[in-house]
Amino acid sequence: MNTTALLARLRPLIGVVVLLAIWTIMHATRAVDPVLLPSPAEAATAFWTGITEGTLADDFFKTVVRTLWSFAIAVLVAVPLGIVFGASQKFYESIEFAIDFFRSTPASAMFPLFLVIFGVGELTKIAVAAFGAALVILFNVAYGVMGARKQRQLAARVMGAPRWRVLTDVTLLESMPQVFVGMRSGVSLALVIIIVAEMFIGSTDGLGQRVMNAQMIFDMPDMYVAIIAAGALGYAMNLVFILAERRFVHWGGK
Amino acid sequence: MKVMPDAYYSVPPLGATRSAPPEPALADRLRRFPAGTHITIRGLSKTFAGTPVYDNFDLDIPKGKIVSVFGPNGCGKSTLINMISGILPYDRGQILFDGKEAHETRIGYVFQNYREAVFPWMRAIDNIRYPLQYLGIPKGERQARLDRLIESFEVQFDLNAYPYQMSGGQQQLVSIMRALVVDPEVLFLDEPFSALDYEMVMFLRGRLQKVLTERQVTTLLVSHDLDEAVLLADEVLLLTKRPTQVAERLHFDAARPRTADTSVSDDFIRVKSRALEVFQREVRK
Repeated sequence: MNTTALLARLRPLIGVVVLLAIWTIMHATRAVDPVLLPSPAEAATAFWTGITEGTLADDFFKTVVRTLWSFAIAVLVAVPLGIVFGASQKFYESIEFAIDFFRSTPASAMFPLFLVIFGVGELTKIAVAAFGAALVILFNVAYGVMGARKQRQLAARVMGAPRWRVLTDVTLLESMPQVFVGMRSGVSLALVIIIVAEMFIGSTDGLGQRVMNAQMIFDMPDMYVAIIAAGALGYAMNLVFILAERRFVHWGGK
Repeated sequence: MKVMPDAYYSVPPLGATRSAPPEPALADRLRRFPAGTHITIRGLSKTFAGTPVYDNFDLDIPKGKIVSVFGPNGCGKSTLINMISGILPYDRGQILFDGKEAHETRIGYVFQNYREAVFPWMRAIDNIRYPLQYLGIPKGERQARLDRLIESFEVQFDLNAYPYQMSGGQQQLVSIMRALVVDPEVLFLDEPFSALDYEMVMFLRGRLQKVLTERQVTTLLVSHDLDEAVLLADEVLLLTKRPTQVAERLHFDAARPRTADTSVSDDFIRVKSRALEVFQREVRK
């Protein structure tokens, strides 16, 4: 019984093990040029030296800070706006197309425009990422507020709650699951944009720049490490949001 | 707010959108209602998508009694209590509670769909406590009211649980307690037991009757179950098909608490048979 339970818990690791095995075999049999595909051990060594002697931790941290800044700005702008837009059906309908259009525009297409406005530097990266994330969050918050079940609002009204209290006590809480969906997509998108921006907008640090640099000097182990670090970062951010959602929206889906 | 009958000729009815003065017949009807009336409804009109559901509807609802509303499908039973309770606007007419309007009256409302009526983000106890903040009474008094209510319902389960951790019946009990904690002047129940299993229904009926008898709350119950409508009521209000009018009002005076045994008594069967007769006549019309 206990062994079965233990095996069940280890099941998600099977995929990782299989992937590592394929990687090892590919390297050992030279199915791919070893210059392009170093062994897992070489990558692990590169990871270790990158952290202990190199700038991997610093690059990682820079990317985290930029992503969080853009996410924070996006939330601060988009959540209140989303509530305002979602609270009025007519208002929302009147701006829906404009927002949908910009949301559908790839944020990377805005790089040149933002470069002109904010110049080459930190601000541009954060601004583009915040812009992209804000539109996703805005949409989800507005939908969450609009889609809130009417009956609970009626219940609050009939209990004597003034309109603004119905909004704060019922509608906002009803929209929380959708707000979290928006924030989770928003932070993922912010990370994507930051990584791309680090690659192409005159960066001297960050994971994106690290991937690009490693590729240019053909330091393949370091490139793989940087890619895996970026993946780990995205995964961790998603996980943090799922845990936060479980904590704060404990009633969701029940 | 008091309605002054003499001045009524020059003042349009409350909640009215029509600018023409009411016909004298309405003003005349406004003055007359039986002693012990709590809610007066006059000239109520409501149209849904061009079809009149209520047209010039008059009704008096007695104070401190339980009135069941029963009628053919689509006659607007829920529509009626939603208009009276103020959650659904009406086109014309006037609804007054001892001369006051709905928003000036303490109202308790229990929805059929308890899952979408309780607040899942709050513990059961906080759900029940929620409406007390709008009463303008001191904190100590709020707690006292809450304690009294919990005592009279003899709650057996943990009120610190969240609604989604509770059974359907427990959630509906929380919903009923939330409606009653404010000591409402009028309680509205919209098919409150229809989504629950029979054992739970019997239990909730018992608790509800006990508290309503203790407190003498004017209660309007919508039910699609004739047995329930008769069993719980002091008076059964039978409605016609739309445009809806009152078909008949039947009194049922059996002693309380009424249990499953009541539903086999001669008195019950007599009232229920009569109700069924009227209902079938109205459905066939």
